[in-house]
Amino acid sequence: MAKTILAVDDSASIRKMVLFTLKRGGYDVVEAVDGQDGLEKALKYQVNLVLTDQNMPRMDGLTLIHSLRELANYHAVPILMLTTESSDEMKSKGRAAGATGWLVKPFDPSRLLDVVRKVIG
Amino acid sequence: MDDLSEFHGVFFDEATEHLDGMESLLLSIDVNAPDKEQLNPIFRAAHSIKGGAAMFGFQDIAELTHEMETVFDRVRKGQMPLSKDLVDVFLISGDLLRAMLGVRKDDGDEVPREEVSALCARLRLFLEPEATASEISVMVAGSAVKVSGGEAVQAASASTAPPLSLARGKSDPEVPEATVKRRKTKKSAEKSPPAVTAGISTIAPVNQCKVNSNEAVTPAVTSLSPLAEKKDFGLFVDPATLPANLPGATAMRPGGAKIDELKGVAKPEAATPSATDASSIRVSVQKVDQLINLVGELVITQAILAQAASCADPKLYQALSQLERNTRDLQESAMSIRMLPISFVFGRFPRVVRDLADKLNKQVELKTEGEGTELDKGLIERIVDPLTHLVRNSLDHGIELPAVRQAAGKPAKGTITLRAFHRGGNVMIEVSDDGAGLNRERLLSRARERGASVSDSMSDQEVFQLIFEAGFSTAEKITDVSGRGVGMDVVRRNIREMGGNVEINSNLGAGTCISIRLPLTLAILDGMSVAVGKEVFIIPLTYIIESLRPIAADVKAVSAKEKVVRVRGEYLPLIALHEVFNLRPEAREVHEGMVVILESDGRKTAVFVDALVGQHQVVIKSLERNFRRVQSVSGATIMGDGRVALILDVAELVDGTAGTAASTTRTTAK
Amino acid sequence: MSQPPTATPITTSDPNASRTANEFLTFRLGNEEYGIEILKVQEIRGYDAITRIANVPEFIKGVVNLRGIIVPIVDMRIKFNLGTVEYNQFTVVIILNVAGRVMGMVVDGVSDVITLAAEQVRPAPDFAANLDTEYIIGLGTVDKRMLILMDIEALMCSAEIGLNGPDIH
Repeated sequence: MAKTILAVDDSASIRKMVLFTLKRGGYDVVEAVDGQDGLEKALKYQVNLVLTDQNMPRMDGLTLIHSLRELANYHAVPILMLTTESSDEMKSKGRAAGATGWLVKPFDPSRLLDVVRKVIG
Repeated sequence: MDDLSEFHGVFFDEATEHLDGMESLLLSIDVNAPDKEQLNPIFRAAHSIKGGAAMFGFQDIAELTHEMETVFDRVRKGQMPLSKDLVDVFLISGDLLRAMLGVRKDDGDEVPREEVSALCARLRLFLEPEATASEISVMVAGSAVKVSGGEAVQAASASTAPPLSLARGKSDPEVPEATVKRRKTKKSAEKSPPAVTAGISTIAPVNQCKVNSNEAVTPAVTSLSPLAEKKDFGLFVDPATLPANLPGATAMRPGGAKIDELKGVAKPEAATPSATDASSIRVSVQKVDQLINLVGELVITQAILAQAASCADPKLYQALSQLERNTRDLQESAMSIRMLPISFVFGRFPRVVRDLADKLNKQVELKTEGEGTELDKGLIERIVDPLTHLVRNSLDHGIELPAVRQAAGKPAKGTITLRAFHRGGNVMIEVSDDGAGLNRERLLSRARERGASVSDSMSDQEVFQLIFEAGFSTAEKITDVSGRGVGMDVVRRNIREMGGNVEINSNLGAGTCISIRLPLTLAILDGMSVAVGKEVFIIPLTYIIESLRPIAADVKAVSAKEKVVRVRGEYLPLIALHEVFNLRPEAREVHEGMVVILESDGRKTAVFVDALVGQHQVVIKSLERNFRRVQSVSGATIMGDGRVALILDVAELVDGTAGTAASTTRTTAK
Repeated sequence: MSQPPTATPITTSDPNASRTANEFLTFRLGNEEYGIEILKVQEIRGYDAITRIANVPEFIKGVVNLRGIIVPIVDMRIKFNLGTVEYNQFTVVIILNVAGRVMGMVVDGVSDVITLAAEQVRPAPDFAANLDTEYIIGLGTVDKRMLILMDIEALMCSAEIGLNGPDIH
């Protein structure tokens, strides 16, 4: 059974690109437009991996990661931060919030697939 | 191998939305006391555009938005004050970004490289006091990369990098996944040895982690340079604990049983991942129009059926009435797809007003009301130019200079109000100002200078309409703002072509209000069908004030050809429709038929017809598609019996046949 | 009034027909027989329910509803002064599709569809018939019948017919 990935990004174009790439890679993808939506979707669908942007309206990526980690069924689900902010500070914040890893935007689609495969197979 | 161009459209739309949002925020923001709720979205707009642009390889866009993001990040964090200057530069940047998007979208004029660089430099100037400091930090980061990178390469090549020879020469788009991975690694290894690691280093001690992550610092460099040459991915956890490396993916989850249950429910839904977009879909206008046309056909077919079955049994009749209601509802729903809020048009005016006010040294506040009022997409597109002209005109000729205003006891800052609302089956759009108002005497004398036939007894409305005459400008001097050849006559013509009309109200010294009345849509209209001889004509209801059968004594001949009819004490010019269309009427005398009182551009006219037939909503069909434009006719429709009926162009009918008669007869009547 | 329109769809037969041979729809106007390229013909139908248009030449009869589109109708019999014209159930309208427009043409009667090889077509002499030579492709001969091959697209788009815009005088 195909694994499901939650892609959280406020940019529709990036979301579509992620969706397309991952679907082609054989994954099911659930989209969310911001952290709040991401949290709601995560509750609705048990996903195998969360890919989240950092800077988003309503709820940012770090808050989403925090919130997810407080949920019993998201304790151990890998969460990758997709972010243009690859600064040291951002990474330690991500780490503290409970992120599994990070991927710098922009990335090319095959790179994304590559990383996702590394993480969830 | 990855063609990203199919996502470009989405990116262009999205970026345009961001730019629109950013512009309206910039225009409404209080420079001295900015609201954080306004600052954040501006930052995010720049940030999002940058992200997308970098992803899709639009380097110049990414470059500019990167500078914008950097500057605005400081502003939103309160590290730097907002200034009018900064707002200006951001607005200019927005314009340039639009141009850059335009180039990508439809091969517009190339945006000169230097222009982008100049603007970037201008944005960087805002950071000036700290520029040196940030350069130093970049340097430090750079050297850190070198140091830690060296170590990392060792680790990476030992653990993950496959023998390079394996991947050589593979660039087939259908490369198996494993090969892709290797090729990437190889590419990175060749081009940028220090960055090879590509993550997968196990949890590092905190201090090392800090150094490692420094490699990816300098967001400018990392995010804007081609991929995979820098370290772009990292993990905070031991890769061995990742699901990919575990025998059973679910085993690692606490409360696994519960999750499986959840999964059972959730899975089918997960298969439709576009759930987030369910609230709206993008459909081509062509498809919508095709739907509307088909529904139009259905309405006609339904009408034909109803007519054919009018004397059939009651059950059929009942079912047909039901069908009629359903068809109407269906038509309304279909039409509503094409409707857009007028905010699409109003949204551009804050900028127009701001720029123009600056140029004219005037102080103007723009207010908008009823932005949610919807009208047809086609009308939205066509109203932009006339409305822009009216707003510019208001600002140029209406609003006075601050000193003049104060001398007149008015606030130095003038106000222009854009208002939209529904009235009856129409959309009303008003442009009003609290400026100087129109000077009746000056308009009249100007008209006389130009040799127009005017009289002092003309109503204000008629006098004000003079400003819509070709070549008529009341400005003391022609400015490059409004006196640019395209005049108010074009405005009125455009509005009439949309099936609308314009009215002016003005009080000298207090201001002017120009009201545009437009139909809701170009595709259907509510009309009154009238009979003349064997033909049926449709008169758009919006022009009709009333219909009546006059008594013979109320009809008077003012010349051999011209007649007037007295209606409620007022003598109105009379147009016999059978004469305009060269038909043989049933009713020879006016009192044997009906007159329909029409009002267009503030002028009333009586139209003589044989009889009123009924009121219908008609689907507008083009006559010009296969034929040509016909005088005093705006289009055609198909009636219940399948015949074609012509729709009257009321403005042209009134203008063309009784234009000069109107004022002279009025004088005679008085 | 609402007699069912007698639409006769015309299908072009052999798509592999040689390039030199052309199919023509032939019709009568007065004593002469004309031919027009079949590809320009959309359908043939009866004459009914026309809506008059004011201030146009007499031969432009008006407009009709053809399945939801408004189509102008030209009466060639009036255009070519062929005596009294009548409109009854035998009146035939050829619906043309020329220059991206749909328009109707009233004629005396439609005969048939014939194929003419290039050698069956001669250039038009100067004295040709009612029609200005600039609208004539040539003369065709079939079984001793003479056909005037009309350039219907050029004619219908001409200022002489005036369907495109205000009359040029």
